[in-house]
Amino acid sequence: MPEHIASPRIYLRICAILLALTFLTWRAALVDLGPWNLVLALTIAFSKATLVALFFMHVRYSPRRTQLVVVAGIFWLGIMILLTMSDYLTRHQLTS
Amino acid sequence: MSAAHSALAEQFRDMEQQREASSLGMWVFLVTEIMFFGGLFLVYTVARAMHPAAFAAASRHLDVTLGGINTAVLIVSSLTMALAVYAAQVGRRRRLMGFLALTMALGCTFLIIKGFEYADKFHHHLVPGSGFSFPGAEASPAEMFFSLYFAMTGLHALHMIIGVGLVAVLLVHAGRGRYTAEYHTPVEISGLYWHFVDIIWIFLFPLLYLIDIHH
Repeated sequence: MPEHIASPRIYLRICAILLALTFLTWRAALVDLGPWNLVLALTIAFSKATLVALFFMHVRYSPRRTQLVVVAGIFWLGIMILLTMSDYLTRHQLTS
Repeated sequence: MSAAHSALAEQFRDMEQQREASSLGMWVFLVTEIMFFGGLFLVYTVARAMHPAAFAAASRHLDVTLGGINTAVLIVSSLTMALAVYAAQVGRRRRLMGFLALTMALGCTFLIIKGFEYADKFHHHLVPGSGFSFPGAEASPAEMFFSLYFAMTGLHALHMIIGVGLVAVLLVHAGRGRYTAEYHTPVEISGLYWHFVDIIWIFLFPLLYLIDIHH
């Protein structure tokens, strides 16, 4: 597939959104939302990372096999964190 | 697309196939980097889940303003890197060099600010080791927070230093006119690396600096 050339205007727009989301994550941290503070912070971080990968890193315009490698990497990271945390977060039931 | 381009390695059919293979190879490397940093993020998650109060108390000793400024600096550096790749794609050599230089300057700005933050931690005895002192009963898990803080931001800063070095090499080669609209793969894959390092910081900033700062 021939090289896709994204317009600089898209990069400027993505940069503006990323800066706005950074401001939002800081403002949101100043409000007490209980456990939702962490959920919101991670949701914003994942959104920002996705925008960087899709547009700045051209994943959106990449061949399927490249996209598969990216998704596989994140999937395996997910397995590592999910299985480890399901162990640690359920240990207290045995000891208390 | 000329098959006789001097940068075409003999195992590839054409420049397009070579470019796609290089990009795929870079992504495979970045996946190993996801796992590299992923281990640290995992240790952080476990430690924070076990000592939420100590992590929040320790986190409040970080400078949110400097961390926020650095986040913005890195995001803008990603923009200048993306624009450098664009300049290479359309064969604008002068503009490519300008954006590469700008990216380097922003990367160095990040590292200098990080240096001031580290110096402040030394000054306030928050560096893990014999000199560490933290008020309150939870000094030990707080020390663990700072161990993770220095390990994660230190590894990130090392990647930044390597990134600045990569961009410096690109700048020299661009100056010699090595990159054209037909061949600019090194610019493209160094860009992937730069953006990846930006993504790591996008997660480090809220996880390290923004724990319970509303208290």
